[in-house]
Formats: sequence, C-alpha cells, structure tokens
Amino acid sequence: MVVNSNFTGVLKKFSGTLWYLVKFGCVTHCVMEYFGDFVFCTGPSMEPTIYTNNVVISDQMSVWMKRIDKGDIVIAKLPHDRNQLICKRVTGLPGDRVWAGYSYQKVPRGHVWLEGDNKKNSTDSREYGPIPQGLLRGKVICRIWPLNDLKIFS
Amino acid sequence: MFRIFKSMLVGIPISITFCDSIGYVARVDGTSMQPVFNPDRNHQDYVFLNRWIIKGDDIGLQRGDIVSLVSPKDPGQKIIKRIVGVEGDVVSTLDYKSNVVKVPQGHIWVEGDHVGHSMDSNMFGPVSMGLVTAKASSIIWPPSRWQYLKSEVPVHRLNAIITS
Repeated sequence: MVVNSNFTGVLKKFSGTLWYLVKFGCVTHCVMEYFGDFVFCTGPSMEPTIYTNNVVISDQMSVWMKRIDKGDIVIAKLPHDRNQLICKRVTGLPGDRVWAGYSYQKVPRGHVWLEGDNKKNSTDSREYGPIPQGLLRGKVICRIWPLNDLKIFS
Repeated sequence: MFRIFKSMLVGIPISITFCDSIGYVARVDGTSMQPVFNPDRNHQDYVFLNRWIIKGDDIGLQRGDIVSLVSPKDPGQKIIKRIVGVEGDVVSTLDYKSNVVKVPQGHIWVEGDHVGHSMDSNMFGPVSMGLVTAKASSIIWPPSRWQYLKSEVPVHRLNAIITS
C-alpha cells in the first residue's frame, strides 16, 4: 500500500514535469518561428557590418508581414541546401535591375537579390541568382554579441 | 475568465507547434492536380499535409510524391504539386524555355497532374527544396474520397526523366 501510493506520487510529479517541458518547448518553438530568435553568424561575407562569431537577433515578423526593404540585412535559407542559413543584405527587390557580375539582370517577381557587404569575399545572388522570398526567414535587427559592440541595424 | 485566458495562453502555442511539426489539414483549391484532387468541380478535397516527414537533414521525398510548397512567384501563396524530378535528374520539359533541364543540387522539378492547367516548374523552373512545406499523405474529406495518396508519376510523364 505504501509503495503503491509512493509510486503514484512519483508518477504525478513526473507527468507534471513532462507537461511543463512540453509547454515550454511549444512556446519556445512559436517565439522562434514567428517572432524572433538569436542567430550565430560565421564567415566573412558580411564584413565590416557583421563579423564572424557575432550573435544577432533576427526578427521573423517582418517576413510574414512582408516588410522587407532594400538595404535590410536578412537571414535566409540557402537555395541549394535548405539546412543552411545565410546572412546577407537585400540589394534588389522584384523589378529592380541589378548587376550580376558580368551583366544586368532583372529580379523576377517573388524574389529578392542578396549580396554580402564584403563584395570580394561573398557567395551570394551574383553566384546563385535571385532567391525566392519564401526562403527568407528573418530580418536582422541588432547585434547583441560581443557585448561591447552592441549595434542596431536600421 | 482568467482561467480561460490562461488555457488559451498554453493551448495556442501547443496547437501551433503541433501543426508545424506533425502536420495539418488543408483544402485544395483549383484544378491543377486533377484527377487526383478535386475530380469534379462541386467538391473540394481536404488533404492531410505531413510536416514530420520533411524535417531533418535528409529529406524523405522521392519522385511521385505530392508536396505543398511556397510559390516562388508569390511568397504568400502555397501550391500543391507532384515531384517529377529530383536533384541531378535531367528532365524533358513541357513548354519551358529549354527542352531539357538538369535539376540543380537541392532543387526539385514539380508539375501538376493536369497538363496545361497548372502553374508549375514548366513555368518557373526547378524550385528549391527549402520552399517545400509538407508532403500530402492522404485525402481525408469528403469521406467518399478517403484514400492514401500513392507516390507515382502520372503515366504521361513516366518518361520525363532522361537520365538520373
């Protein structure tokens, strides 16, 4: 009898913790998917704006509210590898004429043209062409790491 | 009142997460996938879109699967098409700017089953796999149409792949 009641107590505690974890996970998922999250940047392509090992906050709301403008820094999925994210600046919107390395090109409907700030060392739309807006994930709003170099991108 | 608010505060994120990671039900509009979906114009089919299967590094998709994806032309629109070619395939196209296309890495070639009535890769070219949101696994409504969706390329496109 004693053992039995003790067992149900443990079970209750366990399921309580599990339920708490589920709630926590779901709220985190929603915040990261629809509001904003932290992105750890590596690579030289956005120098001198963002350096390697910087942490930035990306704002997902701007994407689903379609408030992406020319000049914004965005996080997007790589067109040929959906598991990899890139951080570039929007330099062309649909209808714009952009310089694609050796010729001018018009950005098609529903696409954006992305380029890194470090033009000499960046793999971007000049190489793989305009990317569909459906691949955009967020707009970079500020840098929070390193702490002595906080910066809001506008 | 406070309790209702509190349960909403928990319930909404849980249901969103469920839809995002397991799957959800969506209505199919239009005739581009006839005869698989919406065979007659009076009824619209509801399909279960499986999102679980496309999670992870190795996407579990193959030729013949029906997928829903964000339209490359309009990010606000979702379209439902069948995969005809996967990365590395050389596809013979219908009415595209070139007769044969090699599907690049990380891309797929999608087509509607209803040839000529579909906005698909024959119009906008190969699409990035990152745009795929889910795989359609079954028709769940109306009940008379209940069925699992088979993964098969339609007969008229069986020889679409030149080399793979």
